[in-house]
Amino acid sequence: MKVLTANRLSDGIAVWYADGGWAETVGHADIAHDKAAEDRLEAIGAAAYANNEVVDVNLIDVDVVDGLVEPVRLREKIRAAGPTIRTDLGKQASLEAIQAA
Amino acid sequence: MYRYDEFDQDFVHARVAEFSDQVQRRLAGEITEDQFRPLRLMNGVYLQLHAYMLRIAVPYGTLNSKQMRMLGHIARKYDKGYGHFTTRQNIQFNWPALSDIPAILADLASVEMHAIQTSGNCIRNVTADHFAGAAADEVADPRPYAEILRQWSSVHPEFSFLPRKFKIAVTGAERDRAAIQTHDIGLHLKKNAAGELGFAVYVGGGQGRTPMVAKKIRDFLAEADLLSYCTAILRVYNLYGRRDNKYKARIKILVHETGEEEITRQIEAEWQELKDAELKLPEADIQAINAYFAPPALTDRPQGDDAVKQARLDSKNFSQWLDQNVVTHRHPDYAAVTISLKGIGEVPGDATDSQMEAVADIAEKYAFDELRVSHEQNLILPHVARADLKAVYDALVEIGLATANSNLISDIISCPGLDYCALATARSIPIAQEISQRFASLERQREIGELKLKISGCINACGHHHVGHIGILGVEKKGSELYQVTLGGSADENTSVGEIIGRGFSSEEITDAIEQIVDTYLGLRLNPEERFIDAYRRVGPAPFKEALYAGETKAA
Repeated sequence: MKVLTANRLSDGIAVWYADGGWAETVGHADIAHDKAAEDRLEAIGAAAYANNEVVDVNLIDVDVVDGLVEPVRLREKIRAAGPTIRTDLGKQASLEAIQAA
Repeated sequence: MYRYDEFDQDFVHARVAEFSDQVQRRLAGEITEDQFRPLRLMNGVYLQLHAYMLRIAVPYGTLNSKQMRMLGHIARKYDKGYGHFTTRQNIQFNWPALSDIPAILADLASVEMHAIQTSGNCIRNVTADHFAGAAADEVADPRPYAEILRQWSSVHPEFSFLPRKFKIAVTGAERDRAAIQTHDIGLHLKKNAAGELGFAVYVGGGQGRTPMVAKKIRDFLAEADLLSYCTAILRVYNLYGRRDNKYKARIKILVHETGEEEITRQIEAEWQELKDAELKLPEADIQAINAYFAPPALTDRPQGDDAVKQARLDSKNFSQWLDQNVVTHRHPDYAAVTISLKGIGEVPGDATDSQMEAVADIAEKYAFDELRVSHEQNLILPHVARADLKAVYDALVEIGLATANSNLISDIISCPGLDYCALATARSIPIAQEISQRFASLERQREIGELKLKISGCINACGHHHVGHIGILGVEKKGSELYQVTLGGSADENTSVGEIIGRGFSSEEITDAIEQIVDTYLGLRLNPEERFIDAYRRVGPAPFKEALYAGETKAA
C-alpha cells in the first residue's frame, strides 16, 4: 500500500496527494493498492513536479489504521506529524488544536 | 569586529538581488528544480522533512548585538520563534517559506550578514576558537586570519566547484577549542623561536562515514604565506580529489589514499610556484584586517574580585555557574562567559527569539557589544568585567539561560536528527534530552567532571559523535532506531576517533547504557581529577564492555 508525497514548492510544507489535489495531512491520501495504481500516482507526481507545484516527490509505504492513512517508516511518520520534540509545531499542532476544540 | 567595506556590502546586496530574482523565477516556474537546486544551496537553502531550512553564516562565530537581534527578528517574523545554533558556529532556521527568503536575506544584509557558501561544494564558513581575542592562553587572535580566508574564499572562481565541501578552522592557542584536527584544513596560529607569527598546518581531518584525524604537514608557515599555501592545498585537492564517488570525495580520502609524504610533496611543489607571487600577504593588509579586531578598551575594574567573592557567599547557584561557565580572560579584571544553550531537557543549540534579543541586550550592556557562537552550540560573551558577572548571571537566570553545565555531561552536542533532517536515520534530540534529564543533578554532573557527549542522527556525523568522549550514532535497523556507542573520541589538541564499544542499543536502552558507562568510569578513575577521557585512555574499552555486555554473554 502506497501514497504519493512531496513538499510544496512555495513553502516546502509536506503534502500528500488526495482527491485530485495536495493535502496538508496524510490521513485521507489516495492509496495505491497495486502496481497499476502506483504507476498512476507516480505519473501524477511527475506531472506536478514538472508543473512546479511540488518538489521531492516520493511514493511511501503506508498502513490504514482506524480508517486513516499512516506511514510505515518513522521518517515518514515524523514528516506527517512534525518534530517529536516540538508537538506544538507541524501537522500535529493543528491536529491537537482540532482535537482540543 | 570586522565591518563590511564598500566592496563587501555591494557584493552581498548584489547577491541578494540575484538570488531574489532566481527565487521569483523559480516560483513563477521559469526555472526547474534541477536548475534551481544548486542555486539555492549556494545561498544556504536546503529542503528538510517539514519545510525549507535556511543556514545563515556567522563568520568565525562572531556577532554583535544588532546582528543577534536581527536573528531574533527573523525567528519571530519568518520562522516559528526559534533558531538552532550549529556545530559550525552558524544558525539554522527550520521553517522559512521559499517565498520569504528574499526578504530574510535583505534583512540580514542590512546588518552585514548573509547565507552565502553555507552549503555546496565550496569553502564553507571559516570557524575559530570561540574565546578568540579573550583567551588568556592565546598567542594571537585567530579571527583576522579567518577573515582573510573568508575574503579569499568568497566566490573564489577556482574553488566554487570542488569535489566536495571544504571546511577550515583556526585556533590561536595551544589548547585547541576549535577542533582543528577534524577539519579539511586546520590552522594553529603560533610563534616560532624568533617570535614571528605563523601556522602549523593540518590537512585531511574530517568526520562523516570515514573519520580521520588531520595530518600535520607543516610545523610552521609564515603568516604572509597563508593564502598561497592554502591555495596550493586546494589546487592539489581540486585536481586529484575524487569526483567519481561522493563518499570518497573529501580531501581526507585523498590524503589517506595518496599518503602523507606524497601529498605533502605535491602541496609543497605547488606552493613553490605560488609563494612569491601575488598571493603573498602584504604586512599592511594583515595590519589593516587586524585593526578591525582590535580588542575593546578594557578599563581596569579591580573591584571585581570583591564583588565576585561577596556574590559567591550570597548565592550557591551563582558560585556554581562561576566555576563552570566562566573562564579566565587575558585581562585579570575580566572573564569570558559561556551561555549554555543546553538547559536540562532542552534542545541543544536552540534559542527562542526573545532569548536572542535578551542576550543581545546583555552583550550590549555588559560585554562590549560582542557575542560568539561556539562549535559546541553555546553562546559566549567574550569580554565581561568580573565586577559585572553577577548582573550578567541574574539577567541570564531571567531568560532561562544560566544552566551551569559547560563541559559537563549535559553540555551535549546534538545534530537536529530525524526530527528535522532529511538525511537522518534516527532521532538525536530526544536522546540528548533524556540523557540530560537523567543526569539533571548538577552535583552529580560536577562529580563526574568534564565529559563531552556528542550525538549524531546519521553517519554524516554533524553531531561530532566520532570525537565525543562518549559518542552516540543513531542508525535505522529493521525499521527501528538503534544507537551505537563510541568511547574515547576527542576533538582537542589530542584529537582521537572513538572506538565502537559493541552492539547498539534501542532508544529505550541507550540512556541506561550511558549511565552504566559513567558509573563504570566513576568506579575505576584514579581520583576525581582523572577525566573520563584520561581514564579511558589508561584502561581501554575492556571494563566498559564488561559492564555493558557481560550479562549477555553469561546469559547466552
